[in-house]
Amino acid sequence: MMASMTSDDRAAWEAEYAEARLRDVDFETMSGIPVDPIHGPGPYPGQYPYTRGIHASMYRSRLWTMRMFAGFGTAHDTNLRFKDILANGGTGLSTAFDMPTLMGRDSDHEWSVGEVGKAGVAIDTVDDMRDLFADIDLGEVSTSMTINGPAAIVMAMYVAVAEANGVPRSKLAGTIQNDVLKEYQAQKEYIFAPRPSMRLVTDMMRFTAAEMPRWNPVSISGYHIREAGSTAAQELAFTLANGFAYVEAAVASGLPIDDFAPRLSFFFNSHLDFFEEIGKYRAARRIWAQWMKERYGATNERSLLMRFHTQTAGVSLTAQQPEINIARVAIQALAGVLGGTQSLHTDSYDEAHALPSEKAARIALRTQQIIAHETGVTNVADPLGGSAYVEWMTDEMEKRAEEVFEHLLELGDGSMLEGVYEGIENGYFVGEIADSAYRFERSVNSGRRIIVGVNDFTDGDDADGSNLLYIDAGVEQEQLGRLGAVRQNRDSDLVARCLDSLAADAAEPDVNLMPGFIDAVEAHATEGEIVSTLEGVFGTYTEKAIV
Amino acid sequence: MMQDPIRIVLAKIGFDGHDRGLKVVARLLRDAGFEVIYLGLRQTTDAVVAVAEQEDADAIGLSIHNGGHLTLAPRMVAAVAERELEVPVIVGGIVPDRDIQALLDSGVAAVLGPGTSAADVVAVVRTTVAPE
Repeated sequence: MMASMTSDDRAAWEAEYAEARLRDVDFETMSGIPVDPIHGPGPYPGQYPYTRGIHASMYRSRLWTMRMFAGFGTAHDTNLRFKDILANGGTGLSTAFDMPTLMGRDSDHEWSVGEVGKAGVAIDTVDDMRDLFADIDLGEVSTSMTINGPAAIVMAMYVAVAEANGVPRSKLAGTIQNDVLKEYQAQKEYIFAPRPSMRLVTDMMRFTAAEMPRWNPVSISGYHIREAGSTAAQELAFTLANGFAYVEAAVASGLPIDDFAPRLSFFFNSHLDFFEEIGKYRAARRIWAQWMKERYGATNERSLLMRFHTQTAGVSLTAQQPEINIARVAIQALAGVLGGTQSLHTDSYDEAHALPSEKAARIALRTQQIIAHETGVTNVADPLGGSAYVEWMTDEMEKRAEEVFEHLLELGDGSMLEGVYEGIENGYFVGEIADSAYRFERSVNSGRRIIVGVNDFTDGDDADGSNLLYIDAGVEQEQLGRLGAVRQNRDSDLVARCLDSLAADAAEPDVNLMPGFIDAVEAHATEGEIVSTLEGVFGTYTEKAIV
Repeated sequence: MMQDPIRIVLAKIGFDGHDRGLKVVARLLRDAGFEVIYLGLRQTTDAVVAVAEQEDADAIGLSIHNGGHLTLAPRMVAAVAERELEVPVIVGGIVPDRDIQALLDSGVAAVLGPGTSAADVVAVVRTTVAPE
């Protein structure tokens, strides 16, 4: 049945494939032709350096997780959307928080006015977190939370809610983004300076390594770097450099590499240059495996496997003729799948105008389902492997990334962690990204690069915007009421004691802050109160304004 | 005859960290001959007005991507009025069409929504500062 064995690689792959549990579907073409699970040269999927994928059977065993990012309004509003996603076949939850929450401020902070519940859900206290996940079994779903600066505090709320509902922390599955390095480089949602922020990250890594075996404590994210304007190669290089920096920081904090590396996960963008994206994912897996093995001495195979989430490129969505974004998203999603992603979020066509409407979000999910169930691309792992162009592109991405690593190692005198800190401080990352963003913009403005509906093929732009999701100002008032009620009904002496104890913990670099966060949120301390307490010890951070 | 270049202060106020657009606009205006005073992220309305006054700016460009424009932009306009400056406030970013009139009614001089071309950005800033 299988092609004859031509090498040890092939024999090893066949042995591994034979062990894999497969989905109960027919692995044949639409016309009924049976299809082998792999084609092309070794090393095969599931084999070092994993260029061709991290599993021998890939999507034949398990489709990617269709994880749709959602969050707006109050916890109750988002809870309803979550339940809708689960009812429609979504297999994981992904939480978007509003700006005040992302910046570690309460809804009644003076800067929060106008931002409460707008770009995500407003979470001030553990009470909001409880309502966010009401009627959802946290022992059953996997949850992703996109938050960075104050990630550890929000994580503490999640643990507190789960345990109040009888789900032990050891059973919780999911990911928290918690990738603070890219905040200084791209997304700009930092609170403290890089070094104290890194301490919060390593505290979380130590905590989850010890107590939450199913949790990914960092999702090392290129997505935002790309959205901020980088090229594909820069996204790849900066993201992996950050990954190496976390590895060095965690090892320096005393964690053995194989204790945490298997839980590191990644998050990439999928933009429109189809083969460039696929080359990027393949190169990412190869570089990560090689560096983890050769430079950092990981020995557990799972430490070498780059698992990643993909999201289609929000920045590629056009305001003009928004419906044509459905086609863009489908192509980008397909690139992610052909690149071997473990989970995928597809953007909604209306996102150049507003947060996704329910209908637009459903179409985006349906797009993934079409790729998964109708196109047959899931039959074969890394179906493009062996294509001369794709292999060249993969090598080219790797080469360009290695040049960046060399520069950063030089900046850091041989330490990637120090090199990344230095690149943040001296404006290297933001400068490179802004240069690329401007180069792209000029190519569009000059007409050298065509964007359909924007600078060519512009007829038919009749979007009326009447179906956009609209967050009314009532959300803010409602949230302020909720927060006020919590402040009134809690034991404020207990809150004060918890915050004092946290301040003392923060002043001791070797104390893990996670237990103190959990105590504080259980006492109904607000996110803003906890952040202010930490600021008293860590200070705040302001970036230099560089154009 | 050489005219004095138009001076514009560019800033984001509050939490919003999406600065790709504003940075591109900064370079675009600079390349078009404007003098750009780029303040960047996390500014307060008072800080922006103070700089506009001190630098004798002809316009303030505010970039808003988080849906807070209906609150933040009128605050900026009010802060300018409070100092008795006559500096137009131009808002760019993710502003749905339906909100444009409300922004103009609140005293915003011009709105550059999603998909505005580079040429339009330059032209709108120019005509806002020196109406023909």
